[in-house]
Amino acid sequence: MSSVNTKKTELTVRVASIKQVAPAIKEFLLEADNVSLPAYSAGSHVVVLMESDEQESKKIFRNPYSLLSDSDGENSYRIAVRLQDSSRGGSVFMHQSVKEGDRLTIKPPANLFAPYWRAKKHVLFAGGVGITPFMSYLPEMLRRSAEVEMHYMFHSNVTGAYQDELSQMLGDKLHCYDSDQSVRCRIYPVMAAQPIGTHVYICGPESLVKAVQSAADELGWPASAIHYEAFSAPAPGKPFVAELKRTGKRIEVGSDESLLEALEAAEVDIQSSCRGGVCGRCMTPLIDGQADHRDQFLSDDEKARQDCVMPCVSRAQNDKLVLDL
Amino acid sequence: MSVSPKPIQTFRDDFTYTNSDYAIERFPFPFPEDAYRYSVNIESHKMPGVKDSVSEHFHDVDEHYLSEMAERDLVIKHRPSCCITLPHMDLACWDLIDLSMHHLSKDYPEHFSLEKTDDQWVWENRLLGLKDSFTFGDSSTLPLPPLEYIGRQLQGDIALMDQRDNSLFMDAGVVTCPADWSLAFDAGMSFSEWHGPVPFVHSEGIIDRALKFLMAIPQGGATRRLNWTLTINPRMDTSPEVYPDWGKDKTTVTPENVGDKVYLRVEMQVFDRMPRSNALMICIRTYLISMNDLVTNPVWAKRMHRTMQTLPPELVEYKGLTRFHPILVEWLSKYDVE
Repeated sequence: MSSVNTKKTELTVRVASIKQVAPAIKEFLLEADNVSLPAYSAGSHVVVLMESDEQESKKIFRNPYSLLSDSDGENSYRIAVRLQDSSRGGSVFMHQSVKEGDRLTIKPPANLFAPYWRAKKHVLFAGGVGITPFMSYLPEMLRRSAEVEMHYMFHSNVTGAYQDELSQMLGDKLHCYDSDQSVRCRIYPVMAAQPIGTHVYICGPESLVKAVQSAADELGWPASAIHYEAFSAPAPGKPFVAELKRTGKRIEVGSDESLLEALEAAEVDIQSSCRGGVCGRCMTPLIDGQADHRDQFLSDDEKARQDCVMPCVSRAQNDKLVLDL
Repeated sequence: MSVSPKPIQTFRDDFTYTNSDYAIERFPFPFPEDAYRYSVNIESHKMPGVKDSVSEHFHDVDEHYLSEMAERDLVIKHRPSCCITLPHMDLACWDLIDLSMHHLSKDYPEHFSLEKTDDQWVWENRLLGLKDSFTFGDSSTLPLPPLEYIGRQLQGDIALMDQRDNSLFMDAGVVTCPADWSLAFDAGMSFSEWHGPVPFVHSEGIIDRALKFLMAIPQGGATRRLNWTLTINPRMDTSPEVYPDWGKDKTTVTPENVGDKVYLRVEMQVFDRMPRSNALMICIRTYLISMNDLVTNPVWAKRMHRTMQTLPPELVEYKGLTRFHPILVEWLSKYDVE
């Protein structure tokens, strides 16, 4: 079933403006010249392809960024990028190399974090730049007259973008917590106060996701009512070799790059979308070797079969994987 | 070739439905080899497709357009539950309106046109004599609920599935020509629930893989597959609600009338991601061809015989062919003489 060819769908956009929206967050307004940009749903992201010319080697970063603003807005996209302390290169590139007027290549919108529209109430927990997916949730939730409340945690010396915009949309349903003013969110009481039928959405650091999940567990919430955005850079691991059965290529996978990135660098034709082990697009048949499965796409049974692997996040248990590529 | 729909023919009572030579030539014959094999047979529905084929355009408008729209009107009037939209699916219906109006007006400009000024749209369907102005996204500005409005202008059944809880849910649809399934029964069900009765697919993991595949369909990644069954008489509405009308037809097949009575029914199922709602759309476009017309193509005739001959008994039963399957195989055998 992996024979469907949907690649070559990339879009070229122009950076129309760049705005500092928090000390470490820049917003990029992207416009298309002659074509109309595809519409998108609340919670969608685009993957931005960035080619950086380092002295030693050319490297391509492909980072997913949530689309801000209303899904039925004008013919432009907005994304916001936080300069990461431990950047693997993508956010540094966006912050330091991209200038107004530049062209960027992006992949069309995809959605792995859609709201659960049948919820009686939506509670949004955002941490720092994790506010971004909710910037597309809110206009659609308000259009549908959905009940919504937001808890927004940030460090005002670093993050905390869009507070005015949020306050206009949400009024007293917006609760802000600035750690740099020592104001903290007590998650348990917020969760305990919610009516049955509430769905919770979390976008932020893993510690925030864990905190909400453990409060939910203690309060007996069903796991299906807790939604979180699973973006994060693929975790590093031991180096290993990928052997490609069909072409005979041997590809070295370094410890701080993913198998997918190594395949792309070797110009292997491979599809991908979320690059976070969620969507399943990069699924690759595994002929030999034991994969260290780190994705959320395959079931436990499928992982145990060791007959396919998600190269965007998964690695080798030992020193080699043989792939049907 | 430019399409000009025929005057209205019937899919019930006197069954005046016929296929022209051109319709026979382009019929989507579903069997790729000489024995039956279960396959998911998914292909990209990338546009434009092969010229003059049923997948040349996103929506195939053919000579039966007026007949199928008249039939749809009859079914909706008799059975309003064939058209359901759960409240959270309104935006998905507008996604479908956007998609369909853009494709139809671009692919068949002689029949359809769309003018847009911001969110003020003017839609003209000259085949049905419609010209409507409305505000995009505002359901109160349409003469009918949005899904019924566009469904009455499209050949093929439509289902819009909400994607949540790691599954797809049948939460909206207009279904007037189903191959023995009911939207009223399936509405609100998850993917594995409504596929419950299908043999083989659960134990072989096919359902799980198909679900994952569908959930991963991205925007701009429309795909299609063919499905098939056999229907007695060219009857579009074979839904369980009207089983008393068509179930008894199965007993009317005789060795003398097989060629007239038995129709191969092929569904071209198109799946696409709806951009604003993230719903998954499935359009099930049904084509009917009589055995007499089918055997005018000797390759199809031989292949039809071999496929029917090797069809597993569970599928004969599931597809409801038991009563007439032996008569059909015997009749087809004369076209497979080598």
